[in-house]
Amino acid sequence: MIELYINGKKVEEHNVVPDMTVLRYLRTTKNLPGTKEGCGSGDCGACSVLAGDMVNGEWRYKTINSCITFLSQLHNKSLITVEGLSQGSQLHPAQQAMVDKHGSQCGFCTPGIVMSLTALFENAPPNADFSLHEVYDALSGNLCRCTGYKPIIDAANAMKNYPGTIDVSIWTPSTERPVDEGGSDHSEGQAWTPKTEEALKQLLNDYPDARLVAGATDLALEVTQMHRRIHKLVAINQIASLKTITETRDYLVIGGAATFTEIEPFLKGSFPEFAALMSRFASRQIKNSATMGGNIASASPIGDAPPVLIALNAEIEISSLSGSRWVALDTFYIDYKKTILGTGEYIRAIRIPHRKATEQLKVYKISKRIEDDISAVLMAINITQQGDKIAAVRTGFGGMAAIPKAGAAIEAALLNQPMNVNTFRQAGLKVSEDFQPFNDVRASANYRIQVTQGLLEKCALEMLNPQATSRVENVCTAKLHSDNVIAPSAQECV
Amino acid sequence: MRKLVELNENKRIRPAKGKTGESMKHESAEKQVTGKAIYIDDMPELPGTLHVAVGGSRYAHAFIKSIDLSAVEKAPGVVKVITVNDVPGHTDIGPVFPGDPVLVESECEYIGQPIFAVAADSHEKAKAAVGLAQIQYKELEPTLTIDKAMEEQFFVRPTHQHKRGDAKKALAEASQIVSGDLYVKGQEHFYLEGQISMVAPTEDGGMNVYSSSQHPTEVQKLVAEVLNISINKVNVEVRRMGGGFGGKETQAAPLACIAAIIAHHTQRPVKYRMSRHDDMVMTGKRHDFYNDYKVGINEQGVIQGAEVNVRGRCGNSPDLSDAIVDRAMFHSDNAYYLNQATVTGYRCKTHTVSNTAYRGFGGPQGVITAEQMMDDIARQIGEDPLTVRKRNLYGIKHDSMRLSDGSVDPRNQTHYGQTVEQEVLPALISQLEESAEYWQRREEIKQFNAHSAFLKKGLALTPVKFGISFTVQFLNQAGALVHVYTDGSIQVNHGGTEMGQGLYIKVAQVVAEEFQVDLDTIQVSATRTDKVSNTSPTAASSGSDLNGMAAQDACRRIKSGLVKHAADLHKTSEDKVRFESNHIVVINDEDKEIWTTFPDFVQNAYMARVPLFSSGHYQTPKIHYNRETGQGRPFFYYAHGASVSEVLVDTLTGEYKVTRVDILQDVGRSLNPAIDIGQIEGAYIQGMGWLTTEDLVWSDNGRLLSNGPATYKIPAVGDTPIDFRVKLMEQLPNSEETIYRSKAVGEPPFMLGISAWSALRDAVSSLADYRFSPPMNTPATPECVLNAVNITKSFVAKTSANTK
Repeated sequence: MIELYINGKKVEEHNVVPDMTVLRYLRTTKNLPGTKEGCGSGDCGACSVLAGDMVNGEWRYKTINSCITFLSQLHNKSLITVEGLSQGSQLHPAQQAMVDKHGSQCGFCTPGIVMSLTALFENAPPNADFSLHEVYDALSGNLCRCTGYKPIIDAANAMKNYPGTIDVSIWTPSTERPVDEGGSDHSEGQAWTPKTEEALKQLLNDYPDARLVAGATDLALEVTQMHRRIHKLVAINQIASLKTITETRDYLVIGGAATFTEIEPFLKGSFPEFAALMSRFASRQIKNSATMGGNIASASPIGDAPPVLIALNAEIEISSLSGSRWVALDTFYIDYKKTILGTGEYIRAIRIPHRKATEQLKVYKISKRIEDDISAVLMAINITQQGDKIAAVRTGFGGMAAIPKAGAAIEAALLNQPMNVNTFRQAGLKVSEDFQPFNDVRASANYRIQVTQGLLEKCALEMLNPQATSRVENVCTAKLHSDNVIAPSAQECV
Repeated sequence: MRKLVELNENKRIRPAKGKTGESMKHESAEKQVTGKAIYIDDMPELPGTLHVAVGGSRYAHAFIKSIDLSAVEKAPGVVKVITVNDVPGHTDIGPVFPGDPVLVESECEYIGQPIFAVAADSHEKAKAAVGLAQIQYKELEPTLTIDKAMEEQFFVRPTHQHKRGDAKKALAEASQIVSGDLYVKGQEHFYLEGQISMVAPTEDGGMNVYSSSQHPTEVQKLVAEVLNISINKVNVEVRRMGGGFGGKETQAAPLACIAAIIAHHTQRPVKYRMSRHDDMVMTGKRHDFYNDYKVGINEQGVIQGAEVNVRGRCGNSPDLSDAIVDRAMFHSDNAYYLNQATVTGYRCKTHTVSNTAYRGFGGPQGVITAEQMMDDIARQIGEDPLTVRKRNLYGIKHDSMRLSDGSVDPRNQTHYGQTVEQEVLPALISQLEESAEYWQRREEIKQFNAHSAFLKKGLALTPVKFGISFTVQFLNQAGALVHVYTDGSIQVNHGGTEMGQGLYIKVAQVVAEEFQVDLDTIQVSATRTDKVSNTSPTAASSGSDLNGMAAQDACRRIKSGLVKHAADLHKTSEDKVRFESNHIVVINDEDKEIWTTFPDFVQNAYMARVPLFSSGHYQTPKIHYNRETGQGRPFFYYAHGASVSEVLVDTLTGEYKVTRVDILQDVGRSLNPAIDIGQIEGAYIQGMGWLTTEDLVWSDNGRLLSNGPATYKIPAVGDTPIDFRVKLMEQLPNSEETIYRSKAVGEPPFMLGISAWSALRDAVSSLADYRFSPPMNTPATPECVLNAVNITKSFVAKTSANTK
């Protein structure tokens, strides 16, 4: 049985198809057409709904893309759709602000925008003023083609002017929630939502052809975009032991099914450069569902976490009914979309060694659009400096090869060399030794090599001028002054 | 009889609320934010509704050798499979010229071109069944690029030319020549609601059609034609679209036609909703253009003569391309007097999906070439681009430039013979350069760039002059239907469609203004071909110009009956009757004002058998264009605007950010300032997206690779500049008699986005101390910007080597 609450009402489903998406379920089964399908791939946010988890006795809500979430992932959760926000003619502050600021034109993206604004509003203290970053973050996964976003940003900032109108009963359904395993049995297939790793291991052993899903932000595309069917689906997003994040003396240890939203605060503490990538990594909706384990296991050459993790010498724990083992991440990938993960195995955890005081991490992402885009190139460099020499260096690259990997020749060119622009320019000449990238929809091979060279130079300039503003993504207004940027003299070679 | 509660007689008399000029909210705003606004896919399905998916060509150019659909027919849930042989009537649904088969018969002309359609009991089952078809092709050589089409002289329509004076001679005599070229890529509409149609058979052998279409009348006509039934048996209803932008002008019809053919065969309701992937692959986009220009200038950089070539990549069929390339030609001057000019427009045929209307309709691709000219001239003569722009504006007289009779050239005639009568831009630009502090920022930016290693700022002001009217003359008409009911409430219907642009609220405001009643007593209703017939598409920015006037005409017809009745009732003359503050006011024979509430008076009129409904019609005056000579007055008037964009470019990576935008737009006397500003802001961002991140990428064999939002990037929230200052030009009523002297606003501000592109070029040009005008095809992705940086750097290296 899959049991969930929809706008406060308990719903039980026993036999839905395992690949039923939440969006399709809402629109075709529950007669709730307010939630829209704009793309079916988690890119536009028109399908955004709020999914609530019980955390320490309280329901906490986050936006998700209902088009690429499977119903079985929502077992024991509480779902709020756009239909659940207003009470009679009394609109929720997110709704009223959108009306008053002229935030809707064609209106098709609007329900999703309203849900994202609602999440922003409800997760903040009353009368909160939002920073620009918070507003961007909340709306990063919602595309609007009509307004140009200005009135929507205005609406975000105006929400505090309206009295709250939350119907508490809808948002806080009965707290005696069952902890049963979830699942559904249909003539076309089965879905399971185990609650323990023991149950998971047994399922993977019993059903070796079952598909494992954590956030579904990649797997669901097989169903919605490639029109493939999934007949056996195991959702691991409710196994508590896979969601823990702990700081040990030597490592940051991240559970395989922890979402990026859950991981982000820990990264901020230990790896702020990695955390800074998060604003370009994916939309908030995706980060609320997607997991680091999934980002690693899907083995995409353009996944953004693996190159950074490789540069940080991360390891992963692979588990199955027959035991567990730790492997270095850079040995995990064999070829395009191929890994050493065997049948019945899953990624239990990721551990990143704590950084030594002398280590510096630099992470760069290049894409056509700054927000919510897939990398043309991702470059991570972990440098240990001793005096003015580079004593150790580890790199990770995405978008440059069939798998995420380090650049050996680049590393060799940097190692034991003086820390200056010239060294990094010389290393740039080695890029094509390490990589023979492809031409594809995101960039040409030539650009990928050139921009990597540019990034290496920029890395040197940033390390030598740590206070300067150096990235356009961090600049919001025209006020940037020349005192705050790197001067031309810095580019002169020694 | 019941009356509207709102108009209680005890209430104090106050002016009506929501008349024109007030920033009323969108009529659907509350429904949209609560999820109650119904789009076609949200409508309850009738029992037995079938769902459609379509199988398309695998090759850009091929003959079909054989089709075996037996596995498709046997797939789970499949009820009906159709090919072109199942079409009862016309098989070509080209909107203006033939060339668009509803389903391919033998020759496939683009990848994804529909060959067969499957109807199943669910969307998912229909999609799954499509993949089971066995189709054998004989591949043919495709023509995929403008270059190749030009080489082969492969066109969908004949080449057309505008000629004013002798451009060759002017170029030969000019003191300097500037030339350049530009490849402008197309653009996917990416309306958030994909194409959709739902069709149900009627008891009369006809069809009721719900379509997400900007052109219900054309859908009606084409459905009738494919079914071989008369037009009066088909009714098309459009309540709202989830965005259109031109993409639902002709592209909605194939869905309605295919659904109707299946409904005809199965006698069941049929819904055809395209997945985003199918929508991006199977429906037309903005045209790519490859343009070049050569201008002769004087020492001041003022153009003496120009030769411009514009070449549109039309795709496989004419669709609307003739008019689109025409509009690119009409706008290749943008705001500048070309003097002696020859403008030639080519309609290139390629084996790619037929390109179609998109906000600006070819105009933007012409305008950007004119703006490139200005930047290139400025770099060549070493002046600021704004200075050069101002010198070249229409209506700016130069003493040295004289006509053959010796008088100073008024410099106000376009290359197609239309006189620019209302000269708005000189004043508009001077207001904007002041409010945006252009010159001060120009100096600051030069300083910044000199002191910054690889982050460079760029700044540009670009204007827009956009011609308003359909260039196809007969489309410049509209109809409306207004009903006044006995409780005083009013319903208005017209031929225009609502796609988010606020047309319904603007027309409702016109009705409120006419009757001087509160806006909330007026109900807008879905556009239906059985209410107002033979309508024009809601396109060419004409929605409120045409339908507002038609609604006004309908109101005035009703009013004239009411006025006559009031005069008769109070034995006075008609000029003593007026509508004011939700009342009818009559000055009777004793010179006393008699105030009667609108509902009371309407009831009285009804009892006296006065008609309370009327249709209205409008046709745009003054316009004419002779295609033989390429001369005339195709546009009733021009709408103007200008924008200043500032950007920050990372010259190590090519990445950039738009950091500040200032806009001043001429909307005449605004019908609704909030709606107009919304159009302007949205248009700027859409135009910026077209020129920056939105990159249509095709494979070498003609497959669209950027076929979803994961690979095709429209602007996201962070792309909107936080410093975004949009103002309407004040106190400037349209010099032509438009609806309350307002101006169109849908398309003109789209081209304001060009200033972002021009500012990117400016930033890169700073690397060469503004002595070099970097080539920058569009979209200017980071990759494209980095290329421009590299070319500029090698120019600098070369020139400094030469000077050493």
